[in-house]
Amino acid sequence: MPKLIKDGAITDSSWHTVSSQTVYEDAFATKAEQLLVPFNMWQEHKAELKASDLEIGVWLDSEDDPYELSHEVGNLPLIAVNFPIFRDGRAFSSAAILRQRLGYTGELRAIGDVLCDQAFYMKKCGINSFELPDSGDADDFIRALSDFTDSYQSTVEIPDPLFRRR
Amino acid sequence: MYIYDAYDKQMLDDRIKQFRNQTARYLDGKLTDEQFLPLRLQNGLYIQRLAPMLRVAIPYGCLSSTQLRKLASIARDYDKGYAHFSTRQNIQYNWPKLEQVPDLLAELAEVEMHAIQTSGNCIRNTTTDQYAGVAVGEIEDSRPWCEIIRQWSTFHPEFAYLPRKFKIAVCGTPNDQAATQVHDIGLYIKKNSDGEIGFQVLVGGGLGRTPVIGVEICDFLPWQHLLTYLDAIMRVYNRYGRRDNKYKARIKILVKALGAEAFKKKVEAEWQNDKDGPATLTEEEVKRCKSFFTDPNYEEDSDSSDIEAAAAKDLLFDHWLERNVASHKQLGYRIVNICLKETGVAPGDVTDGQMEFIADLADKYSFGEVRVTHEQNVVLTDVKHADLYAVYQACQKESLATPFLGLINDIVCCPGGDFCSLANAKSIPIAESIQRRFDDFDKQKDIGDITLNISGCMNACGHHHVGNIGILGVDKKGEEFYQVTLGGSADRETALGKVLGPAFAQEDMPDVVEKIVDVYLENRKDGENFLATYRRIGIDPYKERVYAKAD
Repeated sequence: MPKLIKDGAITDSSWHTVSSQTVYEDAFATKAEQLLVPFNMWQEHKAELKASDLEIGVWLDSEDDPYELSHEVGNLPLIAVNFPIFRDGRAFSSAAILRQRLGYTGELRAIGDVLCDQAFYMKKCGINSFELPDSGDADDFIRALSDFTDSYQSTVEIPDPLFRRR
Repeated sequence: MYIYDAYDKQMLDDRIKQFRNQTARYLDGKLTDEQFLPLRLQNGLYIQRLAPMLRVAIPYGCLSSTQLRKLASIARDYDKGYAHFSTRQNIQYNWPKLEQVPDLLAELAEVEMHAIQTSGNCIRNTTTDQYAGVAVGEIEDSRPWCEIIRQWSTFHPEFAYLPRKFKIAVCGTPNDQAATQVHDIGLYIKKNSDGEIGFQVLVGGGLGRTPVIGVEICDFLPWQHLLTYLDAIMRVYNRYGRRDNKYKARIKILVKALGAEAFKKKVEAEWQNDKDGPATLTEEEVKRCKSFFTDPNYEEDSDSSDIEAAAAKDLLFDHWLERNVASHKQLGYRIVNICLKETGVAPGDVTDGQMEFIADLADKYSFGEVRVTHEQNVVLTDVKHADLYAVYQACQKESLATPFLGLINDIVCCPGGDFCSLANAKSIPIAESIQRRFDDFDKQKDIGDITLNISGCMNACGHHHVGNIGILGVDKKGEEFYQVTLGGSADRETALGKVLGPAFAQEDMPDVVEKIVDVYLENRKDGENFLATYRRIGIDPYKERVYAKAD
């Protein structure tokens, strides 16, 4: 089971992530009751997925447009943003858009190449859960969530920039 | 100068701690080379041809004498007793040891300096005109605005992993010595008819392998909206900039692909959401930032007749006054340029001793502050007219009084193949061979205003595209050749140079440059400078002369 950190603590994930290569029919092969499906699958099979007994979350790859979820965010218990490689920074913007623009308040998870050296920035962009790769150290990651004491900018976490607070 | 408060200090300390941990994890094998690469780059650390290179930020070119002394002691303790001023108002150390870098950064932090975001695919050091705050006819001092941008861009959580590096320049002076139009974002400070401050926003400028002049996407952005608008530009770039090809990843390629109008529309659509939101600048914050950049205690003074008398007797001093000294907004004061282009020394290189000397000079004659320029020189911004001869004589003793600022030997030059692992060719020896050819100062003076820029590869750190004469090192089957461009300029009338023709061998370069200069000297009219003559007669006469068959 992948290591999950949520709201600053190590926890278990009961969600099954469906890979982007999986064909729709195979997505239900596992006995998981919570499925995290790729955005394309969600787009194609939205009606069926919504009608199923399973709990459904959606993960966005870095080129997927979060705005296309604008009418769904109220109903999704989990949205994930994928880092195909840690230096691809698009997921930071996707996360910020989901929170600031679309007002998403549910769990927002980082998946993929999730490196502890980016933990603080991810948190600032509104990501509150982190699925670590096998090589990731959960304690290192939790520590890294507070690498910095503050930020200069207006962030999802603290909308008032430092200059309004100092 | 901006002075750090507890918040600034804490965040800098946090960063050093973070990087110390990252370096230790890397040395322990817990971080791969690939993972460590962007982390060390965002802390200014390159692995170069011979050793690591650390690039330290000099935010918008401003340095206190205390900071300069620290840079000198670091050069002595961690390096080989010298450092190099780059073309982006940074300073580079060529020989630090990787395991010592966290300690070096901690020393820098003692004087409120750092190497944050001086490299990597993030927002880099914001640059400006070195005469900001003292220029005659200045529209607005750019330094407080640069500081506002520095804070906004430092550790921006959303924009630390961009498709490619990102450079911002701000200019509030009439002449633009910041090369504003060849930056990813160029900001010209303006005043509207009500005297309110705003910004003309240019995007998509840049040099490198695809040189482009930035295009305007906003004619007048009221100051309150500066940061929300920058956020909008960055978000559009972060989401849509290409990541599949590093050579197509700069914002200029995105702006070209979409077209300036469509790009602007995307930015505006994004901006509408944040406009007037919490990141909107407040009068209080602008006032706070401006309070760090007030005028020093200028004495009520007028020009001294002693200086004229000294110049009449000392010809070199007279030249220096004419070339290296600029007028100042304050009566009785001047701006003094220390040209770091002594023949035989790599352009922009300074020794620890010279740095300490300049720091002393700044304390004694210029309120303890210096500026560094993208032309790789150093400026004392506030020297009393009556002190000019004393400053000159002191500089002369340290071989820092070369009186050729803005002349042909004031060459802008990247470190090139002698140091840089990206370079295709050496650049420093080319600079030296040209400087030796034009050693005769009277000849240089006769040629007059000209810019000559050399880059050792198409990444264009020497800004060759915007030199009146540009020289680019290229590799042809393992041999170094040099391509020449003419007609570039980086001021308010920015232009990209045109390629003269096939590249030349290294040993031919002094002859080639001399022939180009000869064509100018033979054709100039009515006090035209090099660029004006080139613009009038075009490239052909230069081509004919340089490529003429000897017979």
